[in-house]
Amino acid sequence: MKTNPINLTETEYLLSGNRTCPGCALSLAYRHILKALEGQVIATVPASCLTVLHGMYPITSVNVPCVNTPFASTAASATGLVAGLRALGRKGLTVLAIAGDGGTHDIGIQALSGAAERGDDFIYVCYDNEGYMNTGNQRSGSTPLGVISGTTPILGKQQNQKDITAIMEAHQIPYVATANASYPLDLYEKVRKAKAIQGTRFIHVFTPCPPGWDFPFSDTIKIGQLAVETGWVVLYEVENGVFRLTSASESIARRGKLKPLTDYFAVQGRFRRITQEQMNELQDWVNTRWKRYLARAAS
Amino acid sequence: MTRKNTNIRTDIHILDGNQAAAYGAKLSRVQVIAAYPITPQTPLTEKLSEFVEAGELKSEYIAVESEHSALTVCTSASMVGARTFTATSAHGLAYMHEMLHWAAGARLPVVLACVNRAIGAPWNILNDQQDSISQRDTGWIQIYARNNQEILDSVIQAYKIAESVYVPAMVCYDGYVLSHAEMPVDIPSQQDVDRFLPPYKPHTILDPANPRNYNLVTLANPRVNTEGVLCHGYMELRFLLEEALEKSKDTIINVGQEFGEIFRRDYSGMFWQDRLDDAEIVIVAMGSLAMEAIVAADMLRKEGHRAGVLGLRVFRPFPKADLVKALNKCRLIVVFDKNISYGSEGATCSEIKSALYGSDIKAAIRNFIVGLGGRDVKARELADAVKKSIPSLGEGVVSTYYPEWICDI
Repeated sequence: MKTNPINLTETEYLLSGNRTCPGCALSLAYRHILKALEGQVIATVPASCLTVLHGMYPITSVNVPCVNTPFASTAASATGLVAGLRALGRKGLTVLAIAGDGGTHDIGIQALSGAAERGDDFIYVCYDNEGYMNTGNQRSGSTPLGVISGTTPILGKQQNQKDITAIMEAHQIPYVATANASYPLDLYEKVRKAKAIQGTRFIHVFTPCPPGWDFPFSDTIKIGQLAVETGWVVLYEVENGVFRLTSASESIARRGKLKPLTDYFAVQGRFRRITQEQMNELQDWVNTRWKRYLARAAS
Repeated sequence: MTRKNTNIRTDIHILDGNQAAAYGAKLSRVQVIAAYPITPQTPLTEKLSEFVEAGELKSEYIAVESEHSALTVCTSASMVGARTFTATSAHGLAYMHEMLHWAAGARLPVVLACVNRAIGAPWNILNDQQDSISQRDTGWIQIYARNNQEILDSVIQAYKIAESVYVPAMVCYDGYVLSHAEMPVDIPSQQDVDRFLPPYKPHTILDPANPRNYNLVTLANPRVNTEGVLCHGYMELRFLLEEALEKSKDTIINVGQEFGEIFRRDYSGMFWQDRLDDAEIVIVAMGSLAMEAIVAADMLRKEGHRAGVLGLRVFRPFPKADLVKALNKCRLIVVFDKNISYGSEGATCSEIKSALYGSDIKAAIRNFIVGLGGRDVKARELADAVKKSIPSLGEGVVSTYYPEWICDI
């Protein structure tokens, strides 16, 4: 059955009154991830914006069991939860490791790669706000070329982001997918699908950040949609090696045209100093990648 | 270690220290093992893998990609309620540093075997105790073994202690000197160990029916929960950890005594005492060096000196009051350290001095740094160092000098 707003799980596991910034895409994404898992989950969370969302002792806005774990250790913590549950013979729970891009692309990649190579049985979600937003917006391995951040304050970042989903796909795990907080039903379906699969499953979730990216709090959904419409983010899944475009990316592929990337850059303050040369480089990168995805979808 | 009851069943095997630790973990029925290979710990992890693959030990063995992950697997599995074990040495322990704090802060009774090895730079794979001493302030209980029997026995006891007080415990033993040296070891029966060691009961609940979040951001001051109950602030939680360490002394002694009643090997002291009753001179050492010190004391006795040995068994919690009692007759304390707190002195020497502050003991204290990076330590050298210290016996004052180094070849 196709997911629609009517048949979504009604129970809320993320309660109102969390500590994230107004317009935070993470809270929207997390709400749908927990709904998709119907609360039958143990989450492990490293230092990140999600730590802030989870609240301050002794009050939390999250209604599922959760352990906090140091920054570099998210995937290893998930491995430990899985091993502990198996050792005790406890069944029916999904272990969810959920970390930001700093905790995934950078400091957490060793533990994640190790767990994926071992095929440890959990879902890993990387929510990507393209920078160290919890510490006040510093550049990460996911920050795009040309972006002004706390640690690229004048010249902007001189390198483009790494493709973490491709890196995870190279581990030959049974399921990798990209998702976007602006397309919650697509995200919901992907988490549902991942839940039913055994082994390491990886979902990359694009989560626009109003204060870090410098756009109005009210525009989060629009920015996320624009990212897909311009091809900056492509929604897809790879299930046992079979590639499939999904949701808006799939319909754009049928219509056959992406919007120019400048539409996406123009509405965010973080790209205010990007050069024409950098824009061309990124547009070329997006075009090449889009062609590659189209070819994979067709084959 | 005398065997008073001749009816007790023994099962003597020739084991090296790593094998002894592996049997200790196996007999403790560890449920999750996570480890990363590092010399000289490696044979221990291989032995445990063998137990698991052969079906002799029902346990999840996770061959992690780093020590940081090894201890993380243990902390998270421990939160679920599994009994966990890991082992490492030197750089591996240093790499775990963050998680050592986390395990203690989260009050998880993980047991870790530290096969003591020197830390680089420069590279050195041989023995000293700089690795575990460097982790002194992470909130772990630290137990040091003098021989392979003590390694096996200490691992089993460590679980009972750690799971009683919810503080993680490190069982330390000297790399190569013990890890790769074979000795007769009595392997207790599984039945007896099961009688001694009850299953682990976690203090955490990870259940969607009762959802709880653990180790959230905690403010310095206490804070009211949604029911209006005032809950601990960060500082209260730290006080509770310190209190648990202090109180664990009684647990360690009781567990050691209970172990002795079942297995006829008594561990009811925080340190080992050899001829302290009439000793004017006390040699202090930790780990296998405490055995070497007994040989040195024999030599000194033959030469007419009333020497005894205090072998430190538990370094954390440090047995301050018991030490004062044990040392109250001596006039010269010679402390040998296989570690150095740079810019100060050996760590056990500092601890001894601190323990004696405010007591009536007016013994002279000398400190020697020995055996770093596997430098051989001979009993004769220990005895000579003691004799060299005898002139200070008359002074009856705590030495404020930097330690002397024994670097003879």
